[in-house]
Amino acid sequence: MSNEQIAQDLVAQFGEERIYGIVENYGLLNVTTTTETIIPLMHYLYQHQTFKFQFLTDLAGIHFPQVPSHEFGVIYHLHSLENNVRLIIKLYVTREYIAVPTLTGLYASANWMEREAFDFYGITFTGHPKMERILNMEDMDYFPMRKEYPLEDATRADKIDALFGR
Amino acid sequence: MADIALVSNPHVGLTKTHENKKYVNDLTTLNLGPTHPATHGIFQNILTMDGETIIDAEQTVGYIHRAFEKIAERRPFYQLTTLTDRMNYCSSPINNMGWHLTVEKLLGIEVPKRAQYIRVIMMELARIADHLICNSILAVDTGALTGFLYVMQWREHIYEIYEEMCGARLTTNMGRFGGMERDLSKEAIRKINVLLDDFPKVLLEFEGLVKRNRIFMDRTINVGSISRERALNYGVTGPNLRATGVDYDVRAMNPYSSYEDFDFEIPIGTKGDTYDRFLVRGEEIWQSLNIIKQALQNLPEGAYHADAPHYYLPDKQQVYGNMEALIYHFKIVMGEIDAPVGEVYQSVEGGNGELGFYLVSDGGRTPYRLKYRRPSFIYYQAFPEMIVGTTLSDAIVTMSSLNVIAGELDA
Repeated sequence: MSNEQIAQDLVAQFGEERIYGIVENYGLLNVTTTTETIIPLMHYLYQHQTFKFQFLTDLAGIHFPQVPSHEFGVIYHLHSLENNVRLIIKLYVTREYIAVPTLTGLYASANWMEREAFDFYGITFTGHPKMERILNMEDMDYFPMRKEYPLEDATRADKIDALFGR
Repeated sequence: MADIALVSNPHVGLTKTHENKKYVNDLTTLNLGPTHPATHGIFQNILTMDGETIIDAEQTVGYIHRAFEKIAERRPFYQLTTLTDRMNYCSSPINNMGWHLTVEKLLGIEVPKRAQYIRVIMMELARIADHLICNSILAVDTGALTGFLYVMQWREHIYEIYEEMCGARLTTNMGRFGGMERDLSKEAIRKINVLLDDFPKVLLEFEGLVKRNRIFMDRTINVGSISRERALNYGVTGPNLRATGVDYDVRAMNPYSSYEDFDFEIPIGTKGDTYDRFLVRGEEIWQSLNIIKQALQNLPEGAYHADAPHYYLPDKQQVYGNMEALIYHFKIVMGEIDAPVGEVYQSVEGGNGELGFYLVSDGGRTPYRLKYRRPSFIYYQAFPEMIVGTTLSDAIVTMSSLNVIAGELDA
């Protein structure tokens, strides 16, 4: 069961417009998919006779402010424990339509992972049983991991970025 | 696209089971934590109790959130090692080396065998320290303080070995990109040998006190159990998953740092209860001792760090007397060296399970995005399911055996 086989199978099953961006990073297969396809895709991989991607390792949000059509991303790390193969699935949403269907119907572990992505990036997961902040305080009115929020206080004058190579 | 039947999963979501039922007593809401001595860390559990029985539980986390992922987007790679110390602070060297392995993968640095073996020794020492504190505190929570005092002396001994290797005890910042900052000294080898010779007796003594102790067994067997299917669905890894009977260990599945050279067993449990978790951790300590013994016996000769001057922080003596070393020292410390573009995922078997680093680099001096897969954060979700229907005292013991570390939970 090689990465090529997985990619070919997914493209055959879902079509090229739904499975794209197929690359291999350090031996790890990455595919990109769409918001509509993510739930069927995850269920397909879960039930597949040989692939058996039945373990959700991690879920990460990401922000690309320079690319408005792909501004926010969700990165799913899957692991097929039986075959010992890992797979990364990415999907992107825009700032206007920042909703992704929830995976909590398939993986109980997705619950807090999705809440974390919401907490830091404002990506909402539709259908999630409790879409609230998890690590930050509830009355926070911004999403701190977005790139527009600087880490340090921007009004401080005693730290000149140029001197620190920033 | 053909129609795909969806897998149904009955347990998912927050189940408010008590709302439609009738109970004899009035329901009580009990706050366990955030600063309760029995939680061993700062996190809160809101328990709904019917008398002594827990009928619902909900966790609140984030009390010591320190924004490590945001800070990581601002700091050069070397300055991030110190952040990893502060995640699972019971086994800092494993976190440090996990981060170093991630960056080495991105940079394509080949680490010499000797450095890999030294890393294995340090990581296994860290695992022993981590499991020791978990198991002995579990014994304390069931009322046996003596065993804890026996083994703490040996955790202290392990900290002295850390001190010999890197100068620090708890937040170690051990190692460099490309290897270790110093070789195993004579004193360090002597201390490791003392550990290998004398610690097993103490561990046997501890096990003799606790393992077949009637009170301990009554308090832990069939308490806080979880099935293997549920554990996998909840993303549980590490000793807690192995206690349910799944032999998933990153060291064996995706060997890093020459783990493939060592002969070790992966202990598994059957029921996934508190007693099984205790036994799995206990056996892993023996396996770790075995790995350390093998690594010391077969320690290869050669350099203890890679020849990668752009990334390996040079020795202080060199910095004072050698122009090139001074230049590289300055460039590395000021973070003036750009990393290549790439995306890397690297995981190591941490004290609590699969500790992963997902690093996205855009070619700058800092990561574009760094996501830590923190095992505690993921498996702590399963806690309500494990304690509903049991009593408060069982919940304390279950939490203790899960080894949830607040620093890792909140990042």
